[in-house]
Amino acid sequence: MIRTAGLTKDFGSRRAIENLTFEAKQGEVVGFLGPNGAGKTTTMRILTGYMPPTYGTAQVAGFDVISESLEVRRRVGYLPETVPLYPEMTVYEYLKFMADLRHLPNGDDMIDAALDLVQMEKRADGYISNLSKGMRQRVGLAQALLHRPEVLILDEPTIGLDPAQVVEFRNTVRDVGKERTVLLSTHILTEAQQLCDRVLIINKGRIVAEDTPENLQSRLVGSEHVVLRVKGEADDLLPIITKIDGVQNAKLQPDGTLEFQFAPGADVRPAVARATIKAGYDLLEFHPVGLSLEEIFLQLTQDNARKER
Amino acid sequence: MRNMWTITRREYRHYFTSPLAYIAALLTLLTVGIYFVVIIYYTANNSYYSNTAPGINIVIGPLATVFLFAAPALTMRLLADEQRMGTLELLLTTPIKDGELVIGKWLGAFLFMLTIIAITLVYPIVLNKLTTPGIDQGVMVSGYIAVILLTAVFLAIGTAMSSFFNNPFAAFFATLAVLIIFWWLIRLPTYIVQNDSFNNILNYLDLNGRFNSMLAGTMSLSDIIYPISLTALGLFLSAVAVEIRRWR
Repeated sequence: MIRTAGLTKDFGSRRAIENLTFEAKQGEVVGFLGPNGAGKTTTMRILTGYMPPTYGTAQVAGFDVISESLEVRRRVGYLPETVPLYPEMTVYEYLKFMADLRHLPNGDDMIDAALDLVQMEKRADGYISNLSKGMRQRVGLAQALLHRPEVLILDEPTIGLDPAQVVEFRNTVRDVGKERTVLLSTHILTEAQQLCDRVLIINKGRIVAEDTPENLQSRLVGSEHVVLRVKGEADDLLPIITKIDGVQNAKLQPDGTLEFQFAPGADVRPAVARATIKAGYDLLEFHPVGLSLEEIFLQLTQDNARKER
Repeated sequence: MRNMWTITRREYRHYFTSPLAYIAALLTLLTVGIYFVVIIYYTANNSYYSNTAPGINIVIGPLATVFLFAAPALTMRLLADEQRMGTLELLLTTPIKDGELVIGKWLGAFLFMLTIIAITLVYPIVLNKLTTPGIDQGVMVSGYIAVILLTAVFLAIGTAMSSFFNNPFAAFFATLAVLIIFWWLIRLPTYIVQNDSFNNILNYLDLNGRFNSMLAGTMSLSDIIYPISLTALGLFLSAVAVEIRRWR
């Protein structure tokens, strides 16, 4: 469990994070979403006991990050953004070193379990310098999971992984997140949607929004976007679809697809699909378009700017 | 204590996979070996020295000069490299104290240097065989104590410098500069200044003078206390520097 109150960190005259107050419960996966330089890494470094905050307090696994830093560090698994590895060591040696630093009684069993979790058991005796970026990331994750921490903090964990590895990785995190607290940062919205129970959007050191991924999106979007592709030209389809009740802003895209919007709760998709088939078109593609993080961001920051005025 | 030992073990092992450490060991043993052979040869073939056996300081004397360069090379990456590679973040988020980290690192380097020093024990043994009635054991012990204390100081200063910089090469040259000050430069003002109490302080701080007197077989309590305090100061400053990194 993580709980912060008024967390603020200054680097000289630059304020990296300001007045962050949030909570993450046990069994919850919380996502930190924001652009580079928003203060995600700084917050994580405070929570892992790497650096103290300038103002405010934070509790991790029931201990204060400043006065009980060692207790916090015993209970946290941390994967920093630049995966901290010693290239001259083998995977096993590296994990053994970490197990020793953490005084794990049955270190070898826990190393095996961690390697198993990240599917690296076959490379245990390989040198870290010979591993690919994705494998290094997994070794870093094994290090964070090694001591079965109550709280797992992952800074941009999927950067550099190929798509198949990302899927594996998400499964691992979801499993771990069932009984423990996971805080992860990302700037990929779909990742946050798939993994997190709750998302905190952070910009310029402040939390600008906090909600479940679904709520966040519907709250922001206002209307749902759908893209439709048919075989051949869709020009004649446009008037048909425009006539359907609830369809808004239908227009042809330069790539030959047709895009339209509808208000949340008034799903017009079945009606559109039926009308398309009925008009004799071959429906090839029909999918919703989510807002990108950039768009959500723009909306949120604009909202904030408006409020301030 | 256990954490410190974990760090020490990793550092010590790391030296055996590092070309730099092998170069430092080679340089040390080669220099001492050449000195040894040349002086033995010269003494044996020179009638002037025919009734005086060479002392053990022919081995230990050059060690100090070589260590002046070897110590910065061995310590330069201790903390600077961890910072550069991002592994310091890992170590500082594991449940170990900053002091344990710093002392563990220093101890790893110290044990490696002790390993090199132990190899040089071959020379006194050979020398003891070559000469009658053998070498003065007391001088040998005091000489080796001097070299070990000097190593501790050099490495502690190197550890401190490595904790101040992110760049190992900056740490190397900074260490070298500080060592040169304590080894050569610090007593130079005593040749100009006529103030006794000032000169006494400089003489107290001068590592070279103490080292040479120990090499000659005389040892005072301050000869032992001073290097140990300097080592402690170096390690303390390293721990503070690591702590400061957290606050930045």
